[in-house]
Amino acid sequence: MATDTVFVRTHFEEPRPAPGRIGGVSHWLRRNLFATPGDAVLTILGILFLLWVVPPLFNYVIGHAVPPGGTVEQCRAEGAGACWAYIAARFSFFIYGFYPPAEYWRPNLVFFMLAVLITPLLIPRAPFKRLNAILFFVVFPVVSFYLLNGGVFGMPRVPTEQWGGLMVTLIISLVGIICSIPIGILLALGRQSKLPIIKTLCVMFIELWRAVPLITVLFMASIMLPLFMPSGTTIDKLLRALVGVTLFASAYLAEVVRGGLQALPRGQYEAAAALGLSYWKRTYFIILPQALRHVIPGIVNTFIALFKDTSLVSIVGIFDLLNTVQSASSDVNWISPTQTITGYLFAGMVFWIFCFGMSRYSLFMERRLDTGHKR
Amino acid sequence: MSQVSETTVDRAIDTSQMQVSDTDVAIDVIDMHKWYGDFHVLRDINLRVMRGERIVIAGPSGSGKSTLIRCINRLEEHQQGQIIVNGTELTADLKRIDEVRREVGMVFQHFNLFPHLTILENLTLAPIWVRGIPRAEAEATAMHYLERVKIPEQAAKYPGQLSGGQQQRVAIARSLCMQPKIMLFDEPTSALDPEMVKEVLDVMISLAEEGMTMICVTHEMGFARQVANRVIFMDQGQIIEQNEPEAFFSNPQHERTKLFLSQILH
Repeated sequence: MATDTVFVRTHFEEPRPAPGRIGGVSHWLRRNLFATPGDAVLTILGILFLLWVVPPLFNYVIGHAVPPGGTVEQCRAEGAGACWAYIAARFSFFIYGFYPPAEYWRPNLVFFMLAVLITPLLIPRAPFKRLNAILFFVVFPVVSFYLLNGGVFGMPRVPTEQWGGLMVTLIISLVGIICSIPIGILLALGRQSKLPIIKTLCVMFIELWRAVPLITVLFMASIMLPLFMPSGTTIDKLLRALVGVTLFASAYLAEVVRGGLQALPRGQYEAAAALGLSYWKRTYFIILPQALRHVIPGIVNTFIALFKDTSLVSIVGIFDLLNTVQSASSDVNWISPTQTITGYLFAGMVFWIFCFGMSRYSLFMERRLDTGHKR
Repeated sequence: MSQVSETTVDRAIDTSQMQVSDTDVAIDVIDMHKWYGDFHVLRDINLRVMRGERIVIAGPSGSGKSTLIRCINRLEEHQQGQIIVNGTELTADLKRIDEVRREVGMVFQHFNLFPHLTILENLTLAPIWVRGIPRAEAEATAMHYLERVKIPEQAAKYPGQLSGGQQQRVAIARSLCMQPKIMLFDEPTSALDPEMVKEVLDVMISLAEEGMTMICVTHEMGFARQVANRVIFMDQGQIIEQNEPEAFFSNPQHERTKLFLSQILH
């Protein structure tokens, strides 16, 4: 039969519901795991690998492990798994370092305030954002400093040498993250500036910090810097590490943000300018909200790296989480074959929880901020 | 070359308010030159636009017509000559540039709406932050202009949810919310599907009917015939010929103009 050249539709096809999913479990299995002989082999190999790895791991971490409250003898026993009793016994050291136990309520109060303030700040729908932000970014750091440092309202002074554990890790990473955002954004904007002096300064700053390993920065800050300072002046060791980590992270962040700025179509800059918006207004209202949204994965990547890099401060003698874990592993009261491994397992889990949390939150924000303008 | 279309809006144009002032100069471009690096992109441009004029700039691509109107609100910088807009000369002085931009609206080929803001926020941002108008008032004005471009029901949506024609009408409304004295159109219909050209032209015509001073870079020759009081033809960075639309189309003088018109009009 010859094909008709002329066709005129006589009735309008109404939309119909999409066909439901075909088949059940067996269909899914066949499609995803056993589609070809090669797939089947890979699937079987994968299952064998899991059978080989998972049960011993499970036994070590949970099955044969000594739960919190156990004794050191149990940990020394033949075939014993992870010694969680040791972690539980030294837990407060891992959290507070050498902070005097009588004053634990102070860091606890800071942890509590942090949780109360940061949770609504991270939930987009929560009300009173402005008040929340002021409390978190202005009031909270000041209050926390005086609470932890003491010396006011009859609280005994606790020098930063005694701070430690997760507390210090969180302080360094939170301060690093929060301070590096504005510095990084300004550096990125400066690098795009038409003013040659500003541009050169920003480029030099970024390239200098990116070219130096963080360890060098920390060594410089803790050993070289005091040599250059006039005698008698001392800057707190923790503060020096904080500044080093912050500036280091800002340089990386600046390059991530610059990527976002360059990805924006020129038309956005032009439309904002054509409406008469000044440089700072168009940057604030038009450019940054879009540029930052494009680079959320890169920004969070930098933050995760920064969070893990805080463990490097241990080499200049600051007792962050990893350093407390490391020094506790020479605790003679808990000597057992699994003592060191359990310590690192614990540290790794804590780092993983925070980093995984950041990663999930960034995915959530990406999805939420998507206004459907992707093309 | 971009598509040239002859879309016309089939209604009588109300010319009662289309009056060109004899004394009030809106834009004065005097002996203006511009280079991109070594490339002389605009040469010896002299153009005086009176208040109420509707000017269409035509010409092949690369002839500098977009660059010319982008110089008028300083999206591009000129190197020689003078550009005076509403009595303010454009120099490197940022204050003057902002002053000019406040009074000159611009509509782009690719709309350039702000995709992270709703339609209403797109319209109210500049009135609130440039003019300092209270939010409620700015929103009322925005809704007024959205009604004028016939899409008030889209106010809460994001630009990505609108069709091209709707986006371009929003872009026009966004400019109008600043109550500009002059409107510049940079190929406003070139990126649109043929079916949507008309709705945008319709809005532009009604603007002309209200006496707006307009400069349009466009390939819509039907629009030029119906609305423009002057057609300017450019090639190789210079103004080759200008005339009233009737005479321009029926009796072109310059060889280049004749060639151009013979290729686009059938």
